[in-house]
Amino acid sequence: MKAAPFDYIRPDTLDDACACLASHPDARIIAGGQSLVPMLAMRLARPSLVIDIAHIDGLSAIRDDGDALVIGTMVRQAAALSDPLIATHLPLLAKALTHVGHPPTRSRGTVGGSLVHADPSAEIPLVAVALGACLRMRDSDGDIDFDAADFFIGPMLTLIPPTACLYEIRFPKPKAAYVGTGFHEIATRRSDYALAAAGAHIEADAHGRVQDIRLAIGGVSDFPQRLPIDLPTDLAKSKSSLAAAIDTALDTVDFVEDMHASASYRRRVVAELAGRAISDALNEITAGLA
Amino acid sequence: MSDQKYKFLSQPRRVVEDRRFVVGKGRYIADYDHADMAHVALLACHLPAATIDDIDTSAALAMPGVIDVVTGAELAAAIGPLMNGLDTPNVRRYPLAVGQVRYAGEWVCAVIAESRAVAEDAAEKIRLQTTALPFVLDSEQALQEDSPPVHPDHQSNVLLDKQFVWGSVDDDFAKADHQLSFSVVWGRNSTVPIETFGVVAEWNVWEQILDIRASVQMPKYADQIARALGLAGNQVRVHYDIDVGGSYGVKRGIKHAVLTGYLARKLHRPVRLIEDRLENMRAGDAHGPERKFDISVAFDQDGTVRSMKMRALDNAGAYAGRAPFQLGKPIGAIVGPYRIGSVAYQAISVTTNKAVQEAVRGFGQAPTNYAIETAIDRVAAYLQMDRLALRQHNLIRADEFPYLIPSGSTYDSGDYHQVIDKVLAAAEYPKLVARCAELRNSGMMAGIGIAACLEPSGGNSSFEPLLNENNQTTTWMESCQINIDALGTVIARIHTTSSGQGHETLVSTVIGEVLEIEPDSIRVTRPNSLESLPGNSPVGSRMAIMLGGAAARAAEKLKHKIITIAAHQLQCDAATLRYQGGTTYAADGRSFSWDDVVELAHRQIHGLPDGMDPGLASFDIMQVPTGGALPKDDKVQMYPCYSFEFHLVLVAFDPVIGKPEIHAYTIGHDCGTVINPAIVSGMTYGGIAHGIGAALLEEFAYDESGQLMTQSFLDYLMPSSHEVPDIQLVKHCTPSPHTVFGQKGSGESGYLGAPAAISSAINHAVSGMDIHFTSLPIRMSVISDAIANANRSDK
Amino acid sequence: MNITLDINGKATTASIEPRLTLLDFLRDVAGLKGTHAGCEHGVCGACTVLLDGDAVRSCLVLAAQAEGSHITTIEAVDGADRQPGELSIIQDAFCETHGLQCGYCTPGMVLAAKTLLQHTPAPSREDVREAISGNICRCTGYVQIVDAIMLAAERLQGRNQPADGA
Repeated sequence: MKAAPFDYIRPDTLDDACACLASHPDARIIAGGQSLVPMLAMRLARPSLVIDIAHIDGLSAIRDDGDALVIGTMVRQAAALSDPLIATHLPLLAKALTHVGHPPTRSRGTVGGSLVHADPSAEIPLVAVALGACLRMRDSDGDIDFDAADFFIGPMLTLIPPTACLYEIRFPKPKAAYVGTGFHEIATRRSDYALAAAGAHIEADAHGRVQDIRLAIGGVSDFPQRLPIDLPTDLAKSKSSLAAAIDTALDTVDFVEDMHASASYRRRVVAELAGRAISDALNEITAGLA
Repeated sequence: MSDQKYKFLSQPRRVVEDRRFVVGKGRYIADYDHADMAHVALLACHLPAATIDDIDTSAALAMPGVIDVVTGAELAAAIGPLMNGLDTPNVRRYPLAVGQVRYAGEWVCAVIAESRAVAEDAAEKIRLQTTALPFVLDSEQALQEDSPPVHPDHQSNVLLDKQFVWGSVDDDFAKADHQLSFSVVWGRNSTVPIETFGVVAEWNVWEQILDIRASVQMPKYADQIARALGLAGNQVRVHYDIDVGGSYGVKRGIKHAVLTGYLARKLHRPVRLIEDRLENMRAGDAHGPERKFDISVAFDQDGTVRSMKMRALDNAGAYAGRAPFQLGKPIGAIVGPYRIGSVAYQAISVTTNKAVQEAVRGFGQAPTNYAIETAIDRVAAYLQMDRLALRQHNLIRADEFPYLIPSGSTYDSGDYHQVIDKVLAAAEYPKLVARCAELRNSGMMAGIGIAACLEPSGGNSSFEPLLNENNQTTTWMESCQINIDALGTVIARIHTTSSGQGHETLVSTVIGEVLEIEPDSIRVTRPNSLESLPGNSPVGSRMAIMLGGAAARAAEKLKHKIITIAAHQLQCDAATLRYQGGTTYAADGRSFSWDDVVELAHRQIHGLPDGMDPGLASFDIMQVPTGGALPKDDKVQMYPCYSFEFHLVLVAFDPVIGKPEIHAYTIGHDCGTVINPAIVSGMTYGGIAHGIGAALLEEFAYDESGQLMTQSFLDYLMPSSHEVPDIQLVKHCTPSPHTVFGQKGSGESGYLGAPAAISSAINHAVSGMDIHFTSLPIRMSVISDAIANANRSDK
Repeated sequence: MNITLDINGKATTASIEPRLTLLDFLRDVAGLKGTHAGCEHGVCGACTVLLDGDAVRSCLVLAAQAEGSHITTIEAVDGADRQPGELSIIQDAFCETHGLQCGYCTPGMVLAAKTLLQHTPAPSREDVREAISGNICRCTGYVQIVDAIMLAAERLQGRNQPADGA
């Protein structure tokens, strides 16, 4: 399983990388390589040029930008997993990262790479969708922003223009007094591609009234998606009407069927996982209030 | 226990082979470099069935670095078809597809180039023109007369259909109080070693020798290569000192070796073929049994199982391979460990447009044990009898050995009841039952799985003449040579490859035991096939018995010679002498040392008894014990020694998520006298891991258009360290009367019973819901859907 | 293209195709055969090496990407302070418990163990299972591998030497 031949270039700046993309429309960016290299080996991807962005300054930083946490596209998943800013401000992402691959793949794989690869079962796209992240990319004409909610359009399919390079992801920081999160995933073996996954992020005010609830699911259809959920603002009432609210929301989802799991299984399990994720989040808020 | 009577046998001792592996100095086939090597990549066709109308190799040949492109037509004109042991001359197999593609992924062309990467580049440039043909994937459909024949010249898809009736089956069914019938399916999986198959072939035109180095576990490998290539036996030299990165049966590599051997002779360069993972999964000829069992059992109200009818339909894939014989070997343990008086067995093997099966660990015994144990559980459920009690009632008792089963094999020894008692005690069975109840009370589904199974060991291909009257093979042997050199050091020679079984350690331990010298001082070497005595490879769980036996007998011959020389020098009757630790002692205290004997034997022939040859060398070629006869009246003695294993497992899962977690696993294992404890325990744990994979995770699944869906490790899921729990191993020893030390085989242990035990546990968990899981692997989705459907229909 | 890789402290320069993986560079260019190819798509872990001290899958790294990093293979796990023929504590522990059979996954397992024990000197059996969960073994069923790593942890803690990795 040797890749088809390609050229390799290591641009020094993001603009250089964009210039390469502009002159080679079938070029591929390589970040961590954990998703791209297997595709090259199986000859499912056959770029004429591979552009290595690992050494471009400024792409590996995590910075607090006031109302958002900005994660550079080259931030390795292992670094994100142990980062205090992410632990503090993006607890849902921190939880999801423990499910991403195995330690050897997290040393190399990147936050940006996972987003652009857009596997329907991947955890980082799910969290980006849940939290309404903004994906900022650049091509030779300048910067383009995409809302994560719109970005994923099919299995391994995104809106990224062929000549653009993702360079940072802006995750909005929570605004309310209390934040609770929950992340659950089921795979055949631990760390396999999820057959179903759910991430919940809930914010409540100082009195415990729910201000914002974000629930997203992945692994069950062609791309991760928000699940619109109506919950009463009263926390106590929230818990009891949960299952029904989730069930209604799932009617809008197209469930995938494959050799690993039936559509009915994915629906049943994601409902269970969504319930657990929301319960975890509500419990965290309750514990915070106490 | 027999542990105490041996100085080295059964004692903890490091496995000598481990040293080179932990530092990365194994000698695997991909490590073998030759300056002039040419590399092979395969072009596959992805239609399940098609005629090959044209192959245009011109663009590929024109690429720089490409040496040659070879098609099946060229091969078929030059070489003979690969052997198959059945009488099916119109089912011909060559290393590349000839005239017709018979499964998606079948190799159509071999590209030879200066590097593997260039060979793959060139393979993409080959233009294949094909016409799709109708195809069949399902074994029941393949049996139908109107199914498209995979081999039109054979005119049907039936490779084998043989019915056996041992004992008064109809009568026993008529007289029994009850009967029940059911079906189970063992899904297509395999042992999938982490190292793929690889071979390097070199033709030395000056000496007229074809050198073969391969990652192989294959009896009569040199013979088959010679035959296919039209060479004399002594023109093929297989090198046995290549380390094999796991095999568990599947690395037969015959088509690969014949292909590269042909290429080496044509191109006059060494030719290397290392399967990549895609080539291996799709077309490596290394899939395992895919078998449907239809079973009826006749039993009495008191739980006595009187008779069994079993129809085993196996999906061999597109060519015969060893698959049909994997229906024959289980005949040697067709009643399992139970006292079942009569059996009817129908063995059917059909071709379909799927990849080819080869021999897999157990050679059909694991699927058969799964079927038998499911039958026992079903009988218990029917009678509302405890599953353990039912087994204990039917198990052959210790005082009944040797025990002749209806199909003609005699079980040598065993004490199944004691092993079970030990397991129940070690696992603290009542606590296990309580834990199961606790888990159920907490909302989980939980079940205890039980399996009692035999591991026939010693290897004997008497299933070949049983299934094919024209095949008269009754010899199944192994050999060992020992030389004590002029410095008094011991060198033993074994004539086989190893894939992690620790044969060097096994042989040095056995020889050390007999000669009473430190095993680590013994060097074990592997000469090539031209320098070797006959052997049959580590298959059929045979090496402890056969290699151990041949080594022990060769060592005994040497010990005898040593004592005879000492007797001559001490002027005593040999019978009055005592041999201890290499020195021979006379009754009056005089002694003759090892070094003294070596000196005489190598340098002072005047001091040897008259007529005795110089040197201290011996060899032994050993026939399998109890083997050697042709079948009679459809009965034959299969393997000589029967190891026993009893599995007790607690499995629990959330009814919605359906993911089985193993909470406790105890196995009782009796393989007679153990030569090296760590080797045996390692085999057992590894076998259980394979069994967990077969039960829950692994399947070579095809879609309706004949495409293999599980082509890579992204979809073919094997147990990781999270899926295999810590396992409690309980040992017992009933020695075999047929072997020097009472040893039996253990190469398949754990794998033979784990799938049955895990299936038993999951079915026990849902037993209150009238759900039966009857097909392996049992996937989470299937479990969850079945429970949800059952709950819905309850409402 | 020409690249220079730092492998086991030694610089190796070669002219290669960009598509060459680090795994193939190690085996075919640097001649280090201890790192093994099992799947070439990043699942089995037999190709594990250390890249800047972290365990990575060398089949998922292009050789070109590795320029500028420090690579350690199984051949160098012996350590500079060890005599030829002497096993490291981790390697010796694998021999003690027979935590291998065919040896094909073993270099990857040893490196995964080394990485774990550097960060977690007193792991639980569960910690060990997590650390090797990306390395598939088909021979052992993992039990004796976990035994080996637990034994190595114990012995490393008992050494009267500063921690320098095993």
